[in-house]
Amino acid sequence: MGKRTMLYEEHLLAGAKMVDFAGWEMPLHYGSQLEEHHQVRQQAGVFDVSHMAIVDVLGPGARDYLRLLLANDIDKMTSRGRALYSCMLNQEAGVIDDLIVYFLEVNKYRIVLNASRRNRDLQWMNQHTEGFSVGLHERNDLSMVAVQGPSAIEKVHHILPPDQLDLASTLRPFDCGENEHIFLARTGYTGEDGYEIIMHSEDIIPFWKKLLEAQVKPIGLGARDTLRLEAGFNLYGQDMDETTHPLESMLGWTIAWDPVERLFLGRPALELIKAHGSARELVGLILEGRGVMRPHQRVVVPQMGEGEITSGGFSPTLNQSIAFARVPKGTPSTCFVEIREKEIPARVVKPPFVRKGQILVK
Amino acid sequence: MSQIPSELRYSKSHEWVRMDSDGLVIVGITDHAQALLGDLVYVELPEVETAVKAGEEAGVVESVKAASDIYSPISGDIVEINGALAAKPELVNDDPYGLGWLFKIAPEDESELDELLDAASYEDLVEAEDH
Repeated sequence: MGKRTMLYEEHLLAGAKMVDFAGWEMPLHYGSQLEEHHQVRQQAGVFDVSHMAIVDVLGPGARDYLRLLLANDIDKMTSRGRALYSCMLNQEAGVIDDLIVYFLEVNKYRIVLNASRRNRDLQWMNQHTEGFSVGLHERNDLSMVAVQGPSAIEKVHHILPPDQLDLASTLRPFDCGENEHIFLARTGYTGEDGYEIIMHSEDIIPFWKKLLEAQVKPIGLGARDTLRLEAGFNLYGQDMDETTHPLESMLGWTIAWDPVERLFLGRPALELIKAHGSARELVGLILEGRGVMRPHQRVVVPQMGEGEITSGGFSPTLNQSIAFARVPKGTPSTCFVEIREKEIPARVVKPPFVRKGQILVK
Repeated sequence: MSQIPSELRYSKSHEWVRMDSDGLVIVGITDHAQALLGDLVYVELPEVETAVKAGEEAGVVESVKAASDIYSPISGDIVEINGALAAKPELVNDDPYGLGWLFKIAPEDESELDELLDAASYEDLVEAEDH
């Protein structure tokens, strides 16, 4: 039996089909993955993301420690109450994990990590605390949900008590804030507006129930995957891992090269790769023919070589198959994907495919 | 609990067959199969006039989750395919034994139908898989 979040019984009540995800029993869908996808694009849905690891980084050395640990620069957050996406790299510039770091207070940051990487991340993070006055505090006492969709903000505001509503109302996209009962951030993994919300585990079931009463529908991992793929967000373990670096993973924008004296972990290796030029890149694909692209299918780029689908599936918003593929750098606008021994033409595009309900690729 | 109509015959790979009044055999996938696959988004059917053999691949159904081969339950020639599925693959989810049929075969040897499972045996198979 896998680990269960506080909301396990609520998932069963909502009719979830449960699956194993990184050792956790999580909802795959509650009936129809397609309907859940459209629900988030058109209205609002709630995801249980309590399996993710929450780690508070505390102490007077927290800032300097995180500026060593992370490839993005937390000093880009110029004031408290901001969020930043970053990679954590190994010495070869391979991606150990991707994460969100929240700047809560001076000497207090919060990191949310992938469930599948919890042990590796903590081992790596603990390995590099030496010399810093910093403490890592894993918050297994907390639960987390994401409420996403065009009406997510309104729905959350509707159920918050007055003091929490005041807090929420001040938040702009990529802001965060907390009081003793709740942590709210205007972040997410769907390409829609919404909140990611953390609270004490004993409070999460009543909060979940209130969301459902407000017509926010529960959304499973299946739709979470198609939503993030449309939104152009990488999935750790599929689109990047410790054997791939950010510059071949559509993550070059997350590397803070300046200031040059900030020697983050993995920087020397990444600078070498940058100087020589990456041989591969991650791109978006839209299948021109019929069928569905899936991870590990072969991609043929005429005159250039081969690549591979890293994430692929059916886009409910575009009503055709979309994918990310790692291909030779400079791949032109057309390539071919091998699906059941046939080469099907695909168009190369720059993700995101969809943001805020709108199709962005032609 | 999935529907298993008593008048149909079933394959171990979760196709159903129905003998039509005109001597043709209609083939689809079972309610159990569509539920396992989840929302279908693409159906690839054999071409009309091709010959198929019992137990061999005759098409593919793709859901949001995965692709799954369809095996022809009997041998014969494909005489018709369900063209509606190209635009509406969800018919297989909504009505697996009706509007979601896949193809019709002119059977080579009708006695092959006797080798398929009846509803009670198929129900046992589904229950065994669930445990």
